[in-house]
Parts: sequence; structure tokens; C-alpha cells
Amino acid sequence: MSVHAAELHHDVAHEHPGERTYIKVAVILAIITVAEVAIWYIKSLDFLLVEALLIMSTIKFVTVVSYFMHLKFDDRRLAWIFGLAMVVALSIVIALDVLFRVHAIDYATNFLTS
Amino acid sequence: MATTAVDIQTARGAGAAGHDAPGHTGGHYTSIGIDSRKIGMWIFLASDCMFFGSLIATYMIYRGRADELFRNGQGNGPLPHEILDIPYTSVSAFVLLMSSLTMVLALAAVQKGDPRGTRIWLLCTALLGSIFLGGQYFEFTSFHHEGLSLTTNMFGSTFFTLTGFHGFHVTLGVIMLLSLVFLSMRGGVTQRDAINVEIIGLYWHFVDIVWIVIFTLVYLLPYEKINTIQESGHQAMRFLGLM
Repeated sequence: MSVHAAELHHDVAHEHPGERTYIKVAVILAIITVAEVAIWYIKSLDFLLVEALLIMSTIKFVTVVSYFMHLKFDDRRLAWIFGLAMVVALSIVIALDVLFRVHAIDYATNFLTS
Repeated sequence: MATTAVDIQTARGAGAAGHDAPGHTGGHYTSIGIDSRKIGMWIFLASDCMFFGSLIATYMIYRGRADELFRNGQGNGPLPHEILDIPYTSVSAFVLLMSSLTMVLALAAVQKGDPRGTRIWLLCTALLGSIFLGGQYFEFTSFHHEGLSLTTNMFGSTFFTLTGFHGFHVTLGVIMLLSLVFLSMRGGVTQRDAINVEIIGLYWHFVDIVWIVIFTLVYLLPYEKINTIQESGHQAMRFLGLM
């Protein structure tokens, strides 16, 4: 049984990064945040504002989830739980956008103005 | 029974530094080898993703509607581009981001068996969270003085609901962090209890990633650009026959 416990421990115990890695990740996140704000102010880069902001915030999101929330190092099943939830959340956003923005608002406006 | 006790002791000894270790705090491990409290927190966070997804979608939809009504002379101001303060919110976003760093440093300290370091980093995290909340209170107050309330227009309703619920989550996080500090001062947060710090840390980082999304979509992306993305999406869906 002790051997079994040790094997189980070996399977589920995952090494997390140390302080140095955490600080490096935080510096990268801070740089990206500064870049986000900077690109918002630079009018000559307005043409790629949306793409740049979406890419940078996605990088920040994934970095925090991977390193600070340890999904990169923990059991993969936890990543599946969160990943599936993100897919459902994005589906909710798209569904609500289609339902309300395209249809329901028109109905509501017609109802209010009629 | 005796064998089981030895088994748990062995696992505890082996798993001092790894918080996924069975027997780390004893009696919370599922048949798949992951602490049930950790799975519970991840499932809660998964449900919270959908909650915030709905709030963000509602904001994106109605913010544009408020703009359109105002241009047609039917709506009330103020509107997002008139009152959102980017430099101020950037500092708030930075503060919350750095609180995630202090949170993982608290976790690293408790895993090393450093109670003083754990308390210091937990207090730093709670302090940064409180600074963020203070900033949000100031922002809400200044918006109110400028004439934006929950009932002014659709932008106000959705903005205050979204950011207010986020602030509520941060408040709960600060309370949990201060509870951990209090427990730690009474010797209740040791190396073997690292899982408790990790679980509260997961919640705290989630609050941070939600703000990463809110900061980009609510504060930085101009409405006209969002409208373009949505229109492109609708065109794609029409092309695919989904609309």
C-alpha cells in the first residue's frame, strides 16, 4: 500500500515553477500591459488596434492561467474542465450577440416605437 | 487499517512540497488522485466563466445600443468615450496584475514552510486588492458625479453591473486572503495546508484574468471597432447559413 501511495503521489504531484519564474512571468505581463496602453495612444497604429489588443490580452490570459494558476503543470483534466468552460462561455457570448443584437433589439425597438 | 495509516503517513512525508500529494492535508483525495477541493474550485471557476461571459456579452451588445440611441437623439449621456479614464484604469489593471505575482509568491512561501513570508505576501496581495477596490470606488463615484448611474442608459446599466460584480468578487477575495493571514497568525497555515493557499490563489488569479478581459473589451477597444468585429462575425455566420 505504501508503494501504491508513492506511485499515486508520483502520478499526481506536479512541480510548480519557482519564484524566479514567477517574477519573470510578471515582468512579461507588465510589459504587455504597457504595450496595450501604448498602442491605444499611438494613432498611427490605429489600423491594427483591435488585432493587437485581442492578441495581447489573450497572451496575458493564457500566461496567467498557465503559470500562476499552474494549468501547464497540473493534471491535464483540470485544463480540460477550464478549457471546456471557456468554449461554453465563448458560445454564450456569440449566442447572446446573435439573439439580442440582431433580433431582440429590433423587436424591442419596434415594440417601444409602435 | 494499520497499513492505511502507514500509507497516509508515507504519502504525507513524500508530498510536503507538492500540494497535489495525497494525504497532503488528509482525506480530501478523489479516486482520480486530485484533491476534491481543488476540483471543486476549478468547477466553480468554470461556472463563473459562463457568468462573466454573459455579463460581458450583454455589455458589448447594449453599449453599442446606447451609442446609437444617443446619436438618434433618443438616449441619455454620458457615453463610454466621454468618461472612461484609460490612464487611471491602466494603473488599476497593473495593480491587480501585480497582486497575482504576490499571490504566487505567498504560495511558494507556504510550500517552503515559511510562515512569515506567507503572511507578508498574503498581506501584500490583500493590500493590492484593496487598492484596486479603492480605485473602483473612486471611479464609480466620479462617474456618478458626471451623471452616469445604473439607470441613466444601457451603457451605465451594463457597465456598473459587469464591473460591480467583478468588484464583488475582488472583495470576497480580499476577505478570504485576510482570513488566511489571520489563520496563519494562529499557526493554522502550515506547509501541509498549502492546498488552502493554492485554492484561494486560484480564485484570486481568476479575478485577475477576468479583469484582463474587461480591461481590453470595456476600456481599450473603441465601440466602432467592436461593431466592425461583430458585423464581420455576422457576415461569416450568414455565409455559413447559420443566420
